[in-house]
Amino acid sequence: MKRLFLVSLLCVATSATFAQVTVTDPWLRATVPQQKATGVFLQITSAKDARLVEARSPAANVVELHEMAMVDNVMKMRAISGLALPAGRVVELKPGGYHVMLIDLKQQIKDGEVVPVTLVVEDKDKKRETIEINAQARPLAATPSTGSMKH
Amino acid sequence: MRRRSLLRLLPAALVLALPGCDRAAPTYFSIDITGADYGRDFRLTDPSGKERTLADFRGMVVMLFFGFTQCPDVCPTALARAVEVRNRLGADGERVQVVFVTVDPERDTPIVLKEYTAAFDPSFLGLYGDAEHTKVVAREFRVIYQKVPTGSSYTMDHTALTFVFDSQGRLRLAVRHEQSADQLAADLRMLIKSSSP
Repeated sequence: MKRLFLVSLLCVATSATFAQVTVTDPWLRATVPQQKATGVFLQITSAKDARLVEARSPAANVVELHEMAMVDNVMKMRAISGLALPAGRVVELKPGGYHVMLIDLKQQIKDGEVVPVTLVVEDKDKKRETIEINAQARPLAATPSTGSMKH
Repeated sequence: MRRRSLLRLLPAALVLALPGCDRAAPTYFSIDITGADYGRDFRLTDPSGKERTLADFRGMVVMLFFGFTQCPDVCPTALARAVEVRNRLGADGERVQVVFVTVDPERDTPIVLKEYTAAFDPSFLGLYGDAEHTKVVAREFRVIYQKVPTGSSYTMDHTALTFVFDSQGRLRLAVRHEQSADQLAADLRMLIKSSSP
């Protein structure tokens, strides 16, 4: 009986680890010295309904999830508490929409540099999963199209 | 009774007649603001400390954008588009001056401004003023900007239009952020063609 309990516990642990969240094409914009902020972009897909609730990175003192909106040709950017990840749907963090904002960068991020970012995803039962990704810096002048062509 | 129904038809007739009024004026993808009674000039400082006004760029097509360097999305996208547009224009691209006015002079010191614009193209020019000057220039261009606190820092809401002056220093176009490099290049080609002697 005790053994069965242990096995089931193990199963729970395993399923949590394998709650499928996939992240593709993470990138961020390189910065110039003294530029203290930049944005990380990526595509994220969760196998089940979940929310992206937090992001962390050793490269910045503050990391926030941001949404950009254009209202009457005025750009408005706001921190959001989370981003819905509907089951099986690709959610894009891209210029003109959402991004992970790195604020108060510890140092300049040069073109080609790899920056580790941790994403925290929470499912409906409030169970949290962390995903470690490596975002590569593209030139400051990268556009979404030229950027992906580089790969 | 009959007269009343005729009156009711009048607005519809007017709407139908309107396209006929449109003579062969070139149609731009951008908002045509030729003859605007705003955005006539600016007086700001470049990173070397030199005062700049619109007259300094006579003979050039000027693309003017208001932004800030800590901006992760809109500003680099707009400036990257300006790079693409100049490339698409070939030799005419040399006649296009890109000017980036900071709405965040507090953080955008001359050094940051210079390095930031140069990362896109060494010919791009960053301009700044003190808080009061920035306000005056923004008001002249009907540009809105506002500091928005976010956690321990702040971001800036700001108008994301690019203003285009022809080579005679007349404000001609307001370019929406959503416009592609191809559309903007087509507009500038038409503008250069129509305003050259």
